[in-house]
Amino acid sequence: MNKLIHNEMLKIIRKRKLIVVIAIMAVLISLFTYAQFREVQRQIEKLGDVDWRTTLQQQIVDTQNRLTSSGISDEWKAQLQIRVQQQQYYLDNNINPAEPGAPTFVRSFAQESITLFVPLLIMIVAADIVSSERSAGTVKLLLTRPVKRWKILLSKYVALLLSISIIVVLMGLLAYVISGVVFGFGGWKAPILTGFTSIGGELNTSHVQLIDQWQYILMEFGLVWFVAIVVGTLSFMLSVLLKSTSASMGVMLAALIAGLILSNLVSSWQSAKYLFMINLDLTGYLAGSSPPVPGMTLLFSIGVLAVWAVIALFVSFSVFVRQDVY
Amino acid sequence: MTEITLSIKGLRKRIGKREIIKGLDFELKSGEVFGFLGPNGAGKTTTIRMLVGLIRPTAGSIHVCGYDVKRDFVKAMSHLGCIVENPELYPYLTGMENLQHFSRMIPDFDSKHLEYVVKLVRLQDRINDPVKTYSLGMRQRLGIAQALLGRPKVLILDEPTNGLDPMGIREMREFIRFLAEKEGLTVLVSSHLLSEIQLMCDRVAVISKGRVIKVDTVSNLLNFQEQLVWKVTPVEKGRKLLQTATSVILDEEKQLVTPLSENSSVWNRMLVENGVEVHEIQRKVPTLEDLFLELTGGESVE
Repeated sequence: MNKLIHNEMLKIIRKRKLIVVIAIMAVLISLFTYAQFREVQRQIEKLGDVDWRTTLQQQIVDTQNRLTSSGISDEWKAQLQIRVQQQQYYLDNNINPAEPGAPTFVRSFAQESITLFVPLLIMIVAADIVSSERSAGTVKLLLTRPVKRWKILLSKYVALLLSISIIVVLMGLLAYVISGVVFGFGGWKAPILTGFTSIGGELNTSHVQLIDQWQYILMEFGLVWFVAIVVGTLSFMLSVLLKSTSASMGVMLAALIAGLILSNLVSSWQSAKYLFMINLDLTGYLAGSSPPVPGMTLLFSIGVLAVWAVIALFVSFSVFVRQDVY
Repeated sequence: MTEITLSIKGLRKRIGKREIIKGLDFELKSGEVFGFLGPNGAGKTTTIRMLVGLIRPTAGSIHVCGYDVKRDFVKAMSHLGCIVENPELYPYLTGMENLQHFSRMIPDFDSKHLEYVVKLVRLQDRINDPVKTYSLGMRQRLGIAQALLGRPKVLILDEPTNGLDPMGIREMREFIRFLAEKEGLTVLVSSHLLSEIQLMCDRVAVISKGRVIKVDTVSNLLNFQEQLVWKVTPVEKGRKLLQTATSVILDEEKQLVTPLSENSSVWNRMLVENGVEVHEIQRKVPTLEDLFLELTGGESVE
């Protein structure tokens, strides 16, 4: 089995699939970093040449004053306290809140890329992993070896999982290194709010907690990795079912884009929440944005995605093992 | 040497409502080159794909060295090497990487065998170049190297000379004979080119519309059909005289064609004594083409 996986990884690497994906990531991350950099510049100009530390110190004093005054609700008080903690952290660690460090960039990048960017990169590798063998005819050589068909498909799937993991890790590293050059590498321990839940359209802050940024990023990348595997598995199935790589890419792309459009439309279409593409925005749950269909939770979405992936795997294997190859 | 290495019984394949293969039976022995001859669309490729396990037969069984392809796939495949249609290898890998790739799929592969196979197909000089720079002939040879990696007892080649130049065709033919005679392999070669089968095979199965029409040795099939061609003047008189002794056909070139017979000298004397001039008596070995047309009742051959 190890030898088979070795074969599949060799093919993915020698076909330059991983290089292409890494190149795309490097170019786009640089682009996003530059955009972010311009945004920061604009804000600094707006503030003028006042030292940001003075401004921040003033803000903390203001907030503390408001906390001591009576007549504000407990909930509001809690939020203000969190804000003070955050601002104090920035001051203590000499971080300008308007000028994010690399970890902040990585955090928001992961959040934005989970619904389209990451699935797209995964598709590049996954969509042709079986169909390219079929269109090139090499599948005939592969399937006439003294190896059972399910083993061949499994080795391809394991190679895909490895590639996905490499891509997700490299995405994090590239985002950190490239943005770090511009924004500095500090800020791992910046406090981040999470635990928002929305019930009936209203933000519920009762479970809100403050965690370190590195913990938050770790959770985000866990979710990105999970989404990448689900999208990879679905592309894998299409790659088994469709003979042409472009067809399987097209179908997957259509589904992903439909998911983006539907997410803004379906709040009253309850059963849409069982579609996989509506459930891809897992990092949104961490950040506290409201889900496309009310009532969806992080666990629900993970469950729906897992079911889709399991079915896709089942279909892939049962078709591939029985299929006549012409 | 007469061990049966490939046996096919009652093989059928139905796709939708059409039955493409309507019951094939034959057996191949070690050390022989077996031709699988039929026009395009006769079911050659479908049959070969069933033999190598790419397509599931609707009915019937295939045994490679005694192992059922369906039930004992792994064992059957370890005795079989094949090229189905063109040898499609990975163009972005080198020849050596391609061979290593396939050798990793063979249990307990001995890497010395890799070098031996490369030498056998004479690709030593170019083996480390990417396959996309190979000529068709080299790809074909690499394809054969790939098929020989697992030390097969049965080698199945689908149209092995397709697209090769005359030099390449001759090389391939010699190589196939070598494998059968010196290495004792059973080689099954399919072709729609009759001349090719005639030159390289020991036995041949003629297949048309999903059925085997005839299985016999190439020489037997040819003997069966041998004829005499007479060039005489006057033609009409000669024909009448010969007709008293045997069946005669007048061909397009105004020559008389009779079956091959030991009586030919008697017929010749009869013609001469009756004042017919005999210019030429020629023994005609029919091509498989003639044979095929006769066996299939004039179905077109490419």
